[in-house]
Amino acid sequence: MSQIPVAIIGSGNIGTDLLYKIWRSATLLPTVMVGIDDNSEGLARARSLGLDTSARGPAALLDALDAPQLAFDATSAFVHETWAPRLIDAGIRLIDLTPAALGPYLVPTVNLGSHRDAPDVNLITCGGQATIPIVHAVSRIAPVEYAEIVSAISSRSAGPGTRANIDEFTRTTSRGLEDVGGAGRGKAIIVLNPADPPLTMRVTVMTSLPEETDTAAVGTSILDMVSEVQQYVPGYRLRGEPQFEPPGALSGGRGRMTALLEVTGAGDFLPSYAGNLDIMTAAAVRVGELLAQQPPVRRA
Amino acid sequence: MPYSEEIDFRVTDSSLRDGSHAQSHQFGVDDVRRIVGALDAAGVPVIEVAHGDGLGGSSFTYGLSGTPEQELIAAAVGAARRARIAVLVLPGVGTTDDIRAAAENGAQVVRVATHCTEADISPQHFVLARHLGLETVGFLMMAHSQPPEVLATQARVMADAGCQCVYVVDSAGALVLEQVGERIAALVAELGDDAQVGFHGHENLALGVANSLVAHRAGAVQIDGCTRRFGAGAGNTPTEALVAAAEKLGLRTGVDVLAMFDAAEDVVRPVMERETHLDRLALLMGYAGVYSSFLRHAERISDRYGVPGSVLLMKAAERKLVGGQEDQLVDIAVELVTGNR
Repeated sequence: MSQIPVAIIGSGNIGTDLLYKIWRSATLLPTVMVGIDDNSEGLARARSLGLDTSARGPAALLDALDAPQLAFDATSAFVHETWAPRLIDAGIRLIDLTPAALGPYLVPTVNLGSHRDAPDVNLITCGGQATIPIVHAVSRIAPVEYAEIVSAISSRSAGPGTRANIDEFTRTTSRGLEDVGGAGRGKAIIVLNPADPPLTMRVTVMTSLPEETDTAAVGTSILDMVSEVQQYVPGYRLRGEPQFEPPGALSGGRGRMTALLEVTGAGDFLPSYAGNLDIMTAAAVRVGELLAQQPPVRRA
Repeated sequence: MPYSEEIDFRVTDSSLRDGSHAQSHQFGVDDVRRIVGALDAAGVPVIEVAHGDGLGGSSFTYGLSGTPEQELIAAAVGAARRARIAVLVLPGVGTTDDIRAAAENGAQVVRVATHCTEADISPQHFVLARHLGLETVGFLMMAHSQPPEVLATQARVMADAGCQCVYVVDSAGALVLEQVGERIAALVAELGDDAQVGFHGHENLALGVANSLVAHRAGAVQIDGCTRRFGAGAGNTPTEALVAAAEKLGLRTGVDVLAMFDAAEDVVRPVMERETHLDRLALLMGYAGVYSSFLRHAERISDRYGVPGSVLLMKAAERKLVGGQEDQLVDIAVELVTGNR
């Protein structure tokens, strides 16, 4: 199969890491990168790899006659909200890594099939990408009334956007645990840790379980899911067997499952401790590869 | 500079928030009514009520609340005649929605807490609180872990976002005398007239009252206590001892000392599941610098996995865990039991 040309919008850390990952893809070919700073390291690297670049932002994609019909948006919620409608009108499908959440929430191992035709898909949050697969792995075996996650990341890997609007992370992730993970109610907690050397991303997933649950089946389902995620994030791993507790007062009278995970990034442009950023770019590329196999959306 | 013309420093009693840790978050409406009634009658000007980990803290990770905290806040507001009711929120755990709900229930003071290097996750909460007309306080938690100049820079971030008083929060009870004074002085120098400075102490090295008085000498005008030390770890600065010691030094707090002694013995103690102890685990927290609310979790996880609580806490210190990472105590226990890493 020939490679499908794609564009990257945004030349910051995320956009540049995407460039590395897409460059390695057998299905996708990065041909354009647009940013707003002509001197950015991202645009310089893109130029050196032979991509067309522009510092005129998303407008450059609208003007180009041969713009790719698939683009990754690694800018900000505001930029995505502003430009997505026009890019979609121009026949460009979008994979959104910002917290704008305009399109349907997507986790590659869970619900890609439901949104193959969506013109704009959203990747939720880093904490969501790391935990929703596990919640889904449980809820496909037993009903999950309640799911809770704690995502701990290195302070150095939390950008100013995340920091200024941390409520957006907790709200969006909670909704993702429910809408995509299948939990009746979701709760997300994020912790920033400034330790030096920086800590590798850690996530903990806890779910309620009915008393009669086949915990062995839940355990197997989780292990299967971890292998699936490892296909695109090799550094995604359980730090021990999932832990099961019988119903007790501490868990509101329900049974409880705890899965402890670590997410080590591939160390492309971003350092490997920043598994939180890596899992977003890796998931985006995975989604891109799967969407690229679809016939392109017809121009409006 | 005194807090006001009437008092030298203002006391905030956090028994019904920090004490929530010691009580495994099982306060009921009656507990709140009784304690608020007694503290209010003794003249405590600010009383904090919330889940121990702040608004929205009710969770598997930190412990489920026995009674929804907003009901407790409404009960506290109903029981207070003079005292202002405060709430705590940790961005990343609770959200601005929780602040709105607390304000609707009558809370008047919002205290926004971050790890002491992460103040820039708090502006959205300060902005909303000020917009709602609430008084604001900022908490720089685990303040022992950073030098004075770093804390001062972080305090500036909070003040610029609308915080009216920034606290040096000794979450681990690890600071000793001058180490408190230097930190308070750095914040006072940085903030000037832009915001007040406060201190929140724990008893893990038995220094709550002494550290608080040092803090006041260095310029702190708001100081936290918990009646009968009812708080996380070995508990907090005992409010009744703090106001008594202050009075002996001629410092005015507006709190009736003997009424506080009675409240501590007759009202607060009967609510407490157990007295706070300066035991081995609590001492380790102060000595090694571990977040005080890890105590009850370490005890429980120690029982479940059969690993010593002291080892759990030392590993927590080694890993430089911050407040909110209680989930990692399970990770440490699993690691110790399986020995595979």
